[in-house]
Amino acid sequence: MLKLAMLTAAVGLLSTGAANAVTISISCGAVGAELEFCRDGAQAWAKQTGNEVEIVSTPNSATERLALYQQLLAAGSGDVDVFQIDVVWPGLLANHFLDLSGDFSADEIGAHFKPIIENNTIDGQLVAMPWFTDAGMLYYRTDLLEKHGAQPPKTWVELSQTAQKIQDAERAAGNDKMWGYVYQAKAYEGLTCNGLEWVDSFGGGQIVDADGKITIDNDQAVAALAWAASTVGTIAPEGVLNYTEEEARGVWQAGNAVFMRNWPYAWSLGQAEDSPIKDKIGVVALPAGEGGKSTGALGGWQLAVSKYSENPKEAVDLVRYLTSPTEQKRRAVEGAYNPTIASLYKDEDVVESAPFMGALYETFTNAVARPSRVTGGKYNQVSAEFFNTTHQVLSKQAQPADALAALAQKLDRLSRGGRW
Amino acid sequence: MTTASRLTRSRTRSAWMFLAPMLVVLLLVAAWPLARTIWFSFTDANLSDMAAAEFIGLANFEYLLTDPDWWQSVRNTLFFTVVSVSIETILGLGIALALNMHMPGRGILRTAVLIPWAIPTIVSAQMWAWMMNDVFGVLNELLILVGFIDQGIAWTANPSTALWAVIMVDVWKTTPFMALLILAGLQMLPSECYEAAKVDGVHPVEVFWKVTLPLLMPALLVAVIFRLLDALRIFDAIYVLTGNNQATMSMSVYARQQLVDFQDVGFGSAASTLLFLTIAIFTTVYLTLARVGSSEGDRA
Repeated sequence: MLKLAMLTAAVGLLSTGAANAVTISISCGAVGAELEFCRDGAQAWAKQTGNEVEIVSTPNSATERLALYQQLLAAGSGDVDVFQIDVVWPGLLANHFLDLSGDFSADEIGAHFKPIIENNTIDGQLVAMPWFTDAGMLYYRTDLLEKHGAQPPKTWVELSQTAQKIQDAERAAGNDKMWGYVYQAKAYEGLTCNGLEWVDSFGGGQIVDADGKITIDNDQAVAALAWAASTVGTIAPEGVLNYTEEEARGVWQAGNAVFMRNWPYAWSLGQAEDSPIKDKIGVVALPAGEGGKSTGALGGWQLAVSKYSENPKEAVDLVRYLTSPTEQKRRAVEGAYNPTIASLYKDEDVVESAPFMGALYETFTNAVARPSRVTGGKYNQVSAEFFNTTHQVLSKQAQPADALAALAQKLDRLSRGGRW
Repeated sequence: MTTASRLTRSRTRSAWMFLAPMLVVLLLVAAWPLARTIWFSFTDANLSDMAAAEFIGLANFEYLLTDPDWWQSVRNTLFFTVVSVSIETILGLGIALALNMHMPGRGILRTAVLIPWAIPTIVSAQMWAWMMNDVFGVLNELLILVGFIDQGIAWTANPSTALWAVIMVDVWKTTPFMALLILAGLQMLPSECYEAAKVDGVHPVEVFWKVTLPLLMPALLVAVIFRLLDALRIFDAIYVLTGNNQATMSMSVYARQQLVDFQDVGFGSAASTLLFLTIAIFTTVYLTLARVGSSEGDRA
């Protein structure tokens, strides 16, 4: 009798599931193994609910991805229901997204890091749920540092010295493709992150402060960019001027770099079975500048539901599933994607599979934010001016002091005197 | 007399009838977007809220003409256009002359030459980006092997080589197009002139300068104008190889950045309009010069 009742209930569930089955399309990043993790997570939700998901893969460069989103959203297109958006985009795209604060309970929201929730709240509306967080960190080759008797660097100058020493020694030993340090310096959003880390770690501020005042033209920022420029062609290949995350990881994972600045995603890929540098990777916080502190740029991705979605209820449900502790834990353990839920950093499985998450907890919670909230709709211009200026300095087309003075003037003009 | 003019009239009428669908399509897909872009260039339209656009007169153009980045992109575009089209014309002419000779396997060669042109620019540019990579690129590998350099060159990263890298990719891709257009011209040339030159025992080099080149001029001019128009609006190769980098930014890349990245439809439209005007002026000047040149040639 009980069996029969269960069977009927199951059949009933199945049929209602089938009758209301909808297809939700979600845009996922495709940097590293991101697409796979997104697909697996979304498929698991689909299986559980009887709906279908369609994965839309997007360009690797954040700048290009944003452009694609803007075109889709400006046209009011319902083709994509759930968007994976960067931590600097809520202000730009808020108009196109549903307010999720009513769909999620206070407990669900409260479990996430507060700064990210604040970041995603525009004019009192929660336009996106945090999915994973990111901060720039320093990868180093444990085997090479040990072999040459070096410690992970605490300051940028130490990094230069160690990198130079090991690079020279390795090249002398016949490994002539070895470089000391790789990072992201193509003229794109990633250079804004790298540049902000240098400037902030030297105590040079955050380009524009919380009140909208343009602070970038200062001596510490000049010193920071001067140091960065000194790496190009010495410890870093000149090609970094056209590297994004994946090009830097390409050099690093082939075993051709001593240090790399990258996001946490590079950890699990470097530790994969077929990786030549498996078990030779260490991670520490980025070095500090002279008289400055160690810092990392706040990155990370959120999930937002399009206002133009035809199935908002199911789309919200998919977001709930993907941002839940269970799914975030799976992503942390298998892919080293940093959870946005504080309690997961104390989870044994998480810390065991990605030890840096425990060790760098402070870095993740105190990461330096790009000035996207205060500059609002103009953030992209600010970022473009900053990465172009930094690129000019790194490629030795301009002196740091002149370049930053010119940048401050441009930002002043752009913001009409800091009023944004 | 009256019948003839009636015939002419009815012919004119049917000509218009046949042309009408074409004209309607052209109005819809070319004239309308162009007019809209020009209209937007006088407004402060923003992609996030297009309805709020207001007329602001020439303010966009004023700002644009005082923007050093814009002038940098104009310089880049002109430099790219002049250099790439010159190289493509010379190489294309050489290849066309070679393909025009009677030799075995000519048909296969002519088809094979077209391969770079058939590959979409995005694909070929990305392919070159990998080949030109400073650490694992095959180009540096080869140069090191031959001994020209001992350390990989960052072709697309160094501002002094980046624009040349773009030119190289464009030359690789579009030389076949030039070669085929010129080859078509070569095959139209009357053989009598060559036979006469042969009888007179004129040196082949002189034949080229005195016979081939003057006769080929009209075809060459058409080929060059096609390439010029194309080169002035270069976007894809630059965007794939170096992105929004100011050192290589063309006018199209600049306009796209304003329109799409910065959502500034008004300002971006102003840049697009100026790009359109630049191309129009270039074409007019070129065609006028070409016409004057060819009519002088006729008199001589």
